[in-house]
Amino acid sequence: MRIELVKRPEQSRLFSALSPFIALGLTLIAGAIMFSLLGKNPVDALYFYFVDPLREVWSLHELAIKAAPLILIAVGLSVCYLSNNWNIGAEGQFTIGAIAGSILPVLFPQFQNWAVLPLMLIMGMVGGAAYASIPAFLKARFNTNEILTSLMLVYVAQLFLDWLVRGPWRNPEGMNFPETRNFHEYAVLPEIWAASGRANWGFVFALVAAVVLWFMLSRTLKGFEVKVLGQSPRAGKFAGFSASKMVFFVFIVSGALAGLAGISEVSGAIGQLRPTISPGYGFAAIIVAFLGRLNPLGIVAAGLVLALSYLGGEAAQISIGVSDKVVRAFQGMLLFFVLACDTLIHYRIRFIGAPAKTWEAAQNV
Amino acid sequence: MGALHGSETVNLLEVRGLTKIFGALKACDAIDLTIAKGEIHALLGENGAGKSTLVKMLFGTLEPYSGEILWNGQPVRIANPHAAKKLGIGMVFQHFSLFEALTAAENIALSLNEDTPISTIAAKAKALSYSYGLPLDPYSLVGDLSVGERQRIEIIRCLLQTPELIILDEPTSVLTPQEADKLFETLERLRSEGKSILYISHRLEEVKRMCDRATVLRHGKVVGHCDPRKETAASLARMMVGNEVKAVVRPPSEGIEKASVLLEIRNLSRKPATPFSIPLRDIKLDVRAGEVIGIAGVAGNGQGEFFEAVSGEALQDDAGAIRIRGKDAGRLSISGRRLLGAAFVPEERLGHGAAPRMRLSENLLLSRHTTDRKAFLGLAGLVHSGAVKFAAQRIIAAMDVRKSAVDPEAAALSGGNLQKFIIGRELDRQPAVMVVNQPTWGVDAGAAARIRQALIELARSGSAVLVISQDLDELFEISDLIAVMHNGELSKPLPRAEATLEKVGLLMGGAEPGHAERVLEVA
Repeated sequence: MRIELVKRPEQSRLFSALSPFIALGLTLIAGAIMFSLLGKNPVDALYFYFVDPLREVWSLHELAIKAAPLILIAVGLSVCYLSNNWNIGAEGQFTIGAIAGSILPVLFPQFQNWAVLPLMLIMGMVGGAAYASIPAFLKARFNTNEILTSLMLVYVAQLFLDWLVRGPWRNPEGMNFPETRNFHEYAVLPEIWAASGRANWGFVFALVAAVVLWFMLSRTLKGFEVKVLGQSPRAGKFAGFSASKMVFFVFIVSGALAGLAGISEVSGAIGQLRPTISPGYGFAAIIVAFLGRLNPLGIVAAGLVLALSYLGGEAAQISIGVSDKVVRAFQGMLLFFVLACDTLIHYRIRFIGAPAKTWEAAQNV
Repeated sequence: MGALHGSETVNLLEVRGLTKIFGALKACDAIDLTIAKGEIHALLGENGAGKSTLVKMLFGTLEPYSGEILWNGQPVRIANPHAAKKLGIGMVFQHFSLFEALTAAENIALSLNEDTPISTIAAKAKALSYSYGLPLDPYSLVGDLSVGERQRIEIIRCLLQTPELIILDEPTSVLTPQEADKLFETLERLRSEGKSILYISHRLEEVKRMCDRATVLRHGKVVGHCDPRKETAASLARMMVGNEVKAVVRPPSEGIEKASVLLEIRNLSRKPATPFSIPLRDIKLDVRAGEVIGIAGVAGNGQGEFFEAVSGEALQDDAGAIRIRGKDAGRLSISGRRLLGAAFVPEERLGHGAAPRMRLSENLLLSRHTTDRKAFLGLAGLVHSGAVKFAAQRIIAAMDVRKSAVDPEAAALSGGNLQKFIIGRELDRQPAVMVVNQPTWGVDAGAAARIRQALIELARSGSAVLVISQDLDELFEISDLIAVMHNGELSKPLPRAEATLEKVGLLMGGAEPGHAERVLEVA
């Protein structure tokens, strides 16, 4: 007995559209089971997780803060994935973007004027793009697997940051804590609406990036090029598009956006560099990209959902006393169910008996 | 309609009401078929008529929706190819399933499911191959063999399992006329030994010559059983297609010798890109305004590599190796060559000439985004989708592309209709140079006639047309000159009047002096 996946001749449009919602529903059911196994009341737990954080205005601001990096990174990744390039290293590009953008406020704290912030943002994007072009170069030149190289470079970036904040960039007035000096006022990303909460301009960047990339993908020749090369490389070559230039283009776009997310997070939400500056935004953004169906506008909604899982995780730690690892478990289940739903939309399952048995059956007929 | 029924001996295979449904499509609709012992039975039909589906059900790779299969009078269920082989059904596929990096004997061993040593298999295969007049060296690497020789491996592999019924799917489509003759002798020998053969083909002459009975399919239904020797090619074609196919008209070409050369190929050579691709050697060819030049050849003799080199998907080192309308194009990309006025249609439709999951209008943009930049694109590459859709509808109307939606995905069209669109996409530009690889491969007769006529008309309106094809009938129908590609070399073009089937066939086998590097064991 063996199980086969058989491609369906056509996919149901209805279920393609419903798939993220089905996945979300299944995640909630699986989550409820997980909470009952942990000995908590599943209804209470899910309430604190997914409803409670939406009841206060300040809390919505926190949601925007968490959603901004997820959306920024995920829209970049969607361009990558649509072109069939698998950048798994956004977390590393996020980190290098944060480091590159922090050069001015950390090393030149005396340089204080209105030009600092724009320069920081640009340097953050350049840093992320440059770091992403390493796996792009390796793929285009040596045909290495970009999944492995981009993932491994994440750890390089994280250890580099760790070394910087414990060593050369450590705050001279910081009592030996592994942190850089606090950013001065010109280096801080301002809040959108300071009267009601902390949300900063990073969320606006995220929305702008989503709209711009949506427009590019759906309305321009460049977007067409991305999709053709992703779907049928030979047809792309026949059209005169270059697959290796595309590798650089998508890695640089996604790296730049991850870098922008990194510097926005550090300059807006944290205000200094620390050994850990991300709760795994770069990886969670992969889930966001797929949950949003690789469509930049869908990704905005998906980013808010994932941000809620972070926020709810914090709330649930306090109110019902579960581990913060529950957040990771939730995110993992969500990605699993999204991919499973998508697979079952494209394929159906067929059970096949062993050949010997069928042969007997054939004779007995 | 001389169908034989039950009166004499039991039929080897009898199929009653066999039906297969894919979604909304009845690929096979209540098919009845009988094959007697020791007969060669032809299965005729256009592409998409249901021949392959029927055969796949007989060989156990598809399961019938309803109907029954009787083997020697007993009902059987053929669940998989293994069961089919046990019954005594063997099959030679149109597309070979051989590993190029292994030897012939190793390939045969792989399919036998037994622990017989390779040396025993090799000895058996060799003996069998000589006794059937299909000489084969079991220790040669498949990658080094010609297509005809590869087919021999498939046939020997099938015969080693001592089948009662052998199914051959379009066996001559990859052979030279001389190789095909050799195959026919083998088949007649098998028939005289009492084996039955189900012979799938759309070549009516060979069916008339060899087959005892024929079953004709159209749109998944049996339209008739007949004795092909009592029919004419035209009457068989009528049964297959359902109506008369319009003959292609080729008006005489005049004054071509004086017309300017629009496509010039000078000493084009190309090293093999992969271990199994064919190197191109020193190819020279001029295509003049107003003429159609056909390139014949057995599949896998460098046609694909040649097309890539001419289209610019692979660049040349020497800029002068390809000249389009008098300008050096050897270093130009495919877009650059299109801007010089050239248009290209590759062999594979889905995945090369068109992106399967994209709409027809998007597929129009695929090959026209540089040449029609002004019409289709705005600032910053903004696509004017209205203009693109309008142009797509114009092409659909001009080529009579039949489709189920206004702007369907390319994969939703039948092969013939998609090919009409892909050819129409290039014709719509009035290209000065048109290079087409296998224009009507897998296309139904009606669409094929239309495409051929369009190519001739394009040439007569002053363009240079180069057609690469393995279908000799097609090349004789449309070409003014015919050249033959063999093992990466191109023969001198023969004028249509001088080219005979025999001459071209010999060239395809590599008979021209200087081309004899790897002579096939033909006659």
